[in-house]
Amino acid sequence: MSRMNIIEAIRSALASEMERDERVVVLGLDVGALGGVFRASDGLLGRFGPGRVIDTPLAEAAIIGSSIGLAVSGLVPVAEIQFLGFTHQAFHQIGAQLARFRYRSRGRFPLQVTVRAPMGGGTRTPEFHPDAIEAQFVQSPGLKIAMPATPVDAKGMLLAAIRDPDPVLFIEPERLYRADRMEVPDDDYVVDFGAARIVRSGTDVTVIAWSAAVEVCERACELLTARGISVELIDLRTLVPLDVETVTASVQKTGRAVVVHEATLTAGFGAEVAALIQHECFFSLDAPVERVASYDTPYPPAAFELAWLPFPQRVAAAVRKTVEV
Amino acid sequence: MTQSIRRSSLGPLADPQVHQLLRPDGTLRESSAQAVGDDVLLEGMHWMLLSRAFDVRAIALQRQGRAGVVSPASGQEASVVGSALAFDPRVDWLVPQYRELPAYLIWGFPLEHVFHNLTGRPLLGRIPDHVKMLPTQVAIAAQLPHAVGLAWGLKIQKKDGVVLAYFGDGASSEGDFHEACNLAGVTQAPIVFFLQNNQWAISTPRQLQSAARYLADRAAGYGFAGEIVDGNDFLAVHEVTERAVERARSGKGPTLIEAITYRLSFHNTTDDPTRYQDPDLLESAKANDPIDRLERYLRLRGLWDDDRHAKAVASAEARIEEAVSKVAAAPRPEPHELFDNIFAELTPAQQRQRQELLDRATE
Repeated sequence: MSRMNIIEAIRSALASEMERDERVVVLGLDVGALGGVFRASDGLLGRFGPGRVIDTPLAEAAIIGSSIGLAVSGLVPVAEIQFLGFTHQAFHQIGAQLARFRYRSRGRFPLQVTVRAPMGGGTRTPEFHPDAIEAQFVQSPGLKIAMPATPVDAKGMLLAAIRDPDPVLFIEPERLYRADRMEVPDDDYVVDFGAARIVRSGTDVTVIAWSAAVEVCERACELLTARGISVELIDLRTLVPLDVETVTASVQKTGRAVVVHEATLTAGFGAEVAALIQHECFFSLDAPVERVASYDTPYPPAAFELAWLPFPQRVAAAVRKTVEV
Repeated sequence: MTQSIRRSSLGPLADPQVHQLLRPDGTLRESSAQAVGDDVLLEGMHWMLLSRAFDVRAIALQRQGRAGVVSPASGQEASVVGSALAFDPRVDWLVPQYRELPAYLIWGFPLEHVFHNLTGRPLLGRIPDHVKMLPTQVAIAAQLPHAVGLAWGLKIQKKDGVVLAYFGDGASSEGDFHEACNLAGVTQAPIVFFLQNNQWAISTPRQLQSAARYLADRAAGYGFAGEIVDGNDFLAVHEVTERAVERARSGKGPTLIEAITYRLSFHNTTDDPTRYQDPDLLESAKANDPIDRLERYLRLRGLWDDDRHAKAVASAEARIEEAVSKVAAAPRPEPHELFDNIFAELTPAQQRQRQELLDRATE
């Protein structure tokens, strides 16, 4: 075991997989000598050389699009897009190309490609850097979407992503990159997709989150415990595939649910989770499903950011509302 | 006024910048020589005649409601066949747009599979494992970054192979074209960008796509070679493409070839060119038919006559009829097969939906 934060866990996963599988190449803007803008690939250029750690031109669509061809040629590309908001400029190469290639080719060309990108606010960066647009990719069948919230998950899920025979959009929680360290196994391990994590067990209400919102909910749980409310907190880990059973089993037990995400409210992935819960848990529900999300505005200037994002008090208020019904 | 803007042209073929070996009357230009063997010219004629016959048959099937949308290659046969025959499909890769039928066949994609795809049997229309070809691409220019990645990946792994990527004049306006060419230049990937300038992107004429004199002039901005060729001249297309393939194979990087040609048919079977195309222009383009030009040359050389022509057309038509009849007997896909090949393993949500579809079928 080693104590690692999330960025160190990601670096560790990249290095160990490049060591294990010589087909793995890392490409993107600034991934080489700089080691990535967040240093996720720090040291990899010196260790694996410029043939496997590749600085590309500033062109998101070409980074993703060429990864498709690299995979067809026999390599296993791990592409970095510096911030998820910049995948807008590669959106057509992700949802319409990367995700559909196995289908379009009737199975001839499955694409073992991972696209890594951080997202999430609270770090006072300009728009695009923090944009939580994960739901926009959910309507791209053929693409898996992984969103770890802890160092242990970051390593195990990234190893699972790179080895997955299908393309994975691997979204990292930017605000938590250098948050607390935790013990991370040095060994090779994978965290399977489609298996949600019960962060803490509880009896009164189920709170469902992913990515950095999980950490916000953990702080909300502290506030609620002080008020005697017992929360079961679930980290979905992957939106595609979605672990329906863990969510429904929990809500059938608690009878109440709150979904929390950093993305804007309307048609966010929380709407899908809420629809699922009302359908699968209709006769168990004691209160309407609440959603806590950012307001339906473009990403605001930093001065507004903390009022805009879900924060622990907002989550706690939503939980109390469901409990008081 | 609008009419004059919308009037397309055959391109300035008299310009010495445009590589031409055969005049429209089928005679070799002064100081030109046939660099390619007669066997390639004869093979080219057969592919071009097959392609033209396919267009006729496929359009008829579409009009009868037996086939989906067809995008004919008519008028562009010398451009497609002349370029494709400069490659070695055993090691080289083909990255199509969707108007290059004879190239798919040259690469070994079976004609029956073409008809499977056209007639609603997509799973049977799969690209066979030994055929080094990507699926046709409906999103214009989106295949170009894939082609570059493929070529670059071959180079990284020191594998043999050059990539041929097809696209058109409309595609050259897309961002993906720029990003792909730029990356190819930086990586010196072994790729040939083959731009078929057929003068039309559906109804939008070439001059509304770009103010550049030639679309291949842009190659200079990416740091690699650009070639402009008369796309209706089989000999010239083949020669220019062979040069580009040799450049790529010997590690000297990409080439952008602009083949100036003309779309003799419609964009596809949903299109009506009479709404936007000057009929005189079409007539003059028909007089410049690429198949006629090579045929005239071969006749002058004593390599072609009425009998050979009739036999070649009959053989092409017979091959097409054989494929059509084989396909007509093939089974239709079961509805639940629409869930095949999404992921290695379906998500729980997809499994539920697939089951729902199966249950509905047995109700």
